[in-house]
Amino acid sequence: MSEGIQIRGVTHRIHGAQILQPIDLSVPAGKMTALIGPNGAGKSTLVRLIARIDPLQNGDIHVGGLDVAATPSARLALELAFMGQHSGLVSRLRVRELVAFGRWPHCQGRPGPADHAAVGQALTDFDLMPLADRFMDELSGGQAQRAHLAMTVAQQTPWVLLDEPLNNLDLAHARALMVHLARLRDQGRSVLVVLHDLNFASGWADHVVSMKAGQVVAQGTPAEVLTEPRLSALYDTPITVGSYQDRPLILHHM
Amino acid sequence: MFSKPAMRAKIGVLVGLVVVAAALWMFQGLGSGRRDFILGLRWEKLTALILIGTSVAVATVLFQTVSRNRILTPSIMGFDALYLLIQTLAVAALGVAGFAMLAVGPKFLIETALMAVLALGLFGALLGRGGGTADDIARTILTGVVLGILFRAGSSLIGRLLDPNAYATVQAISFANFGRPNAALIGWGAALSLPAIAIALWLGPRLDVLGLGRDRAVTLGLNYRAMVMGTLALTAVLVAVSTALVGPVAFLGLIVAGLTHGLFPAARHRLRLLAAALIACLLLVLGQWVFERILGQQAVLSVVIEFVGGVLFLVLLLRGRIR
Amino acid sequence: MRDGRIRLLAGLVLAGLAVASLAVGAANVSVRDPQAWLVLTVSRVPRTLAAMLAGAALAVAGVVMQQIARNKFVEPSTTGAPEAAALGLIGITLIAPEAPIWVKMLAASVTALLGVTLFLQIIRRLPPKEVFLVPLAGLILAGILGAAVTWIGWGTDLLQYISIWLLTGEFSGVIAGRYELLWVAGLAAAIAWFAADRFSILGLGTESATALGLRPQAVMRLGLVVVAVVTAMVVSSVGMIPFVGLVVPNIVSRMLGDNLRRTLGPTAMGGAILVLGSDLVGRLVIHPYEVPAGTVLGVVGAALFLMLLWRRPRRVQ
Repeated sequence: MSEGIQIRGVTHRIHGAQILQPIDLSVPAGKMTALIGPNGAGKSTLVRLIARIDPLQNGDIHVGGLDVAATPSARLALELAFMGQHSGLVSRLRVRELVAFGRWPHCQGRPGPADHAAVGQALTDFDLMPLADRFMDELSGGQAQRAHLAMTVAQQTPWVLLDEPLNNLDLAHARALMVHLARLRDQGRSVLVVLHDLNFASGWADHVVSMKAGQVVAQGTPAEVLTEPRLSALYDTPITVGSYQDRPLILHHM
Repeated sequence: MFSKPAMRAKIGVLVGLVVVAAALWMFQGLGSGRRDFILGLRWEKLTALILIGTSVAVATVLFQTVSRNRILTPSIMGFDALYLLIQTLAVAALGVAGFAMLAVGPKFLIETALMAVLALGLFGALLGRGGGTADDIARTILTGVVLGILFRAGSSLIGRLLDPNAYATVQAISFANFGRPNAALIGWGAALSLPAIAIALWLGPRLDVLGLGRDRAVTLGLNYRAMVMGTLALTAVLVAVSTALVGPVAFLGLIVAGLTHGLFPAARHRLRLLAAALIACLLLVLGQWVFERILGQQAVLSVVIEFVGGVLFLVLLLRGRIR
Repeated sequence: MRDGRIRLLAGLVLAGLAVASLAVGAANVSVRDPQAWLVLTVSRVPRTLAAMLAGAALAVAGVVMQQIARNKFVEPSTTGAPEAAALGLIGITLIAPEAPIWVKMLAASVTALLGVTLFLQIIRRLPPKEVFLVPLAGLILAGILGAAVTWIGWGTDLLQYISIWLLTGEFSGVIAGRYELLWVAGLAAAIAWFAADRFSILGLGTESATALGLRPQAVMRLGLVVVAVVTAMVVSSVGMIPFVGLVVPNIVSRMLGDNLRRTLGPTAMGGAILVLGSDLVGRLVIHPYEVPAGTVLGVVGAALFLMLLWRRPRRVQ
C-alpha cells in the first residue's frame, strides 16, 4: 500500500484572486476520501494541483512519496490517474480505443499482454463489452462517463483522483459509479473524489475533508464532519442531519 | 456628445471634410497645361469614388441591420464574388466577342438583376433562418466566406475552361483597383444606386424597427419577410454597382460600419446611412489622394483597406462582438 | 474487416489514378518509343509523384492541425500558414536572392511556423464551445497576412510569384529536379505517423494528455512544425492547394474514427487520391490545355466543406 498524499503550504492565485489559502492536509492511503464544500471553495483547484494538471505555485505536494513538482509527468502517471470534467470529446474514438489509451503510461503505444488484459478487465468491470466497438459519439451520457472511468481505471494506478464525476449523471448511473469507486478501494487502491452531493459522500466515503473559501475546515469520518453545526457553518444555511445505519443522512427538505 | 445637436455638428464636420478632400483631389497639383482634360479625368474618378463609397456604405449598413450583426458585411458573405461569377458565366454563355458586343448599359442591368435574384435566394435562405445562437451566426458567416471562395474559384475555373482570351478578361476584374475605376459604367451605376439609396433612406424608420429583431418587428406590425427580402435586394444592387465599377472591395464596408458605429452609436437609420456614406467617401477620396498624389502609388489603397479591415474584424471577433 | 477493405479499395484507386496520370499528357506516348521514357521520367513520373506527395502530406497536416486545435474545421490553408510561408519566401528573396534552396525553404518554414503559432494564440482566446469561430478567425488571419504579402509584392514587383504560391496550386510546371522538396513534406508527414498515438492523445484534451503523462506542449510544438514544413514545401513547389487537409480527414474520421495510428494511412492515401484525381481532371477537361489542380479543388473542396458544415451530426442514443 502506498503512502498517502501530503500537502504542505500550498497556495494558489488565479488572475490575482487568492483561490487557496495555505493548505496543509494529509489524505490517507487505502481509503476513499470525499472532498466537499460550497462553490468557490477551491476543491477542484486543489485536486488539479495534486494531479499536476495545473502547475504548483507555492508549497509542495507528495503523492505516494513522489514530489509532484519534481517528478517527471510520465512517472507520476504510473502513480496517479485523474478524471476531470470533460469539455466534450471531439475525437471520434471507439470505446475500446479510448480505454486502451489509459495504458499509455505503461506501454507507450506498444501494448503487451498485460495491457490487453487490463483493457479487457476494465471493459468488463464497467459493462462496456457490448459497446466496445461503438464510437464514443454514439453513446449516451451515462455510457460515455463509464467509458472515461474505465480509461482512468485501466491506468492501474495506486491513486485515482476524480473531479465531480457525478455531474450530469442520473441517480442510477451516479450510484453505479460510486459502487465502482468503492470496489477500487476494496482492491487496495486509494480514491480522492470531489463531490457535491453530501449523501453520496456520507454513504460511501471513509474519510471526508470539507473546504470553504480556500481553506480546509474539517476532516475525519463522515460522522465527525457531516454534523449539523459543521455543515450549517460550511454552507451558511441551516442544515438538518439525521442518521441511517450509522451514517449521517442529510435531510435536504428540512 | 451624442445628443441631436452634437450629431448634427459632427455631420457638418464630415461634410466639410469631404468637400475639402474633393477640392484637394480636383485642384491640388494642377499644372498649367491641359487643365480641362485633367479636370475632366479627375472629376470622373471623383464621381466614381463617391458613387462606390456611398454604395458600399449604404449596402453594409443595410446588411448589418438585416443580419443584426456588426461583423457581417456583404463582401464577407460572398456577394461580390457572386457578381464575379455572374460576369464569368456571362462571358461563358456569350463568348468573348458576344460579351464585348453587348451594350454596356443593358448588360449591366441584366447582371445586376441576376445578382439580386441569386443573392435573395442564397442569402435570404441563410439569414432568414432566424437562428439566434452565436454558433448559428458563426456558421452562417463561415458559410458566406466559403461561398465567396467557391464563387471565386468557380469564376477562375470557368475562365480557364474558356478561351485563354476570355480568361484574361475575367482575371482583370478580380482585383479591386481604386486607381482605375470603370468609367463607362458611372452613368448606369448611378442610375441604379441613386434610387436604391433613396429607397433606403425612405425606409429609414422601418429599418429601425427591423433592427429590433424578428419578434419585436412582427409584434409592431412590420412585414418582416418582405422587409428582409427588400433590404437584401437593395444591398445586392448596391454591391453590384460598386463591384462593377471597381472590383471586390473586401473590408471597406466593415471599416466604414465600425467607424460609423463608433462616432454615431445608436443613431437612427437615416442619420446612420448619411454618416456612413460621408465617412466612406472621405476614406476613399482622401485615401486615394494620399496614395496617388503623395505616395505615387495608384493601386495600393485596396490592400491597405483589406489589411486594416481584417485586423478590425479579428479584434471584434476576439472581443466577443459576434453576438 | 471493413477497415482492410477500405484500404484495399483506396490502394486500387490510387494505383489506377497513377497509371492514368502516367498515360495522360500533351504528348502521346507508347511504351515502345524510346522517346517515351524521357517524357515519362522527366515529366510524368515526377508530376504523378508530386501530386501524390502533396496530397498525402497536406491531408496528414490537416489531421495534425485538427488534433492540436481540437476542431474539425481547420487545416493549413485556414490558419494563415501559406500566407506566412509566402512572407518568408518574399523576405529571403529580397534579402538574399542568391541563397541556396535549403536556406529559402528554411525561411519559409520558420515564417509558416510563426504564422500557425499566431493562429493558435488567437483561437485560444475564443470561446471554446463555438466551433465555427476557429476556421473563421483563421480565414481572416489568412486575409490579413495575404494583404501584407500583396502589398510587399506590389512594391517589389514580385506579385506574379505570389500568385503562383498562393492563388493556384498546379502541377504543370513539375519536372524532375523541380519537385524534390515535396519529399521533405512527405518526410514530415511520416514523422507525424511515428508520433500518431501522441497526437491522438492530444486530441483528448490537454488535461487528459497530462493525466496520461504526456507533455502536451511538446507534442503540439512537434505538430506545428510538421504543419509548417508541409505548408512551406507545398507552397514553394507547386503553390497552395486548398481544402485537402480539411475534407479528407473529415471523411476518414466519419468512416474510421480518430485513432491516428489506424487512420493516418488511409488519410494519406485519400489526400493523394484527391489531389492526383483533381490534377487528372484538370488535364483532361480541356485537353491539351490544363486547369490547375488547385482551381478544381477550390470548387470541389469548397462544395465539400459546405456539405460538411451543414451536415447533421449523427447522435444515436
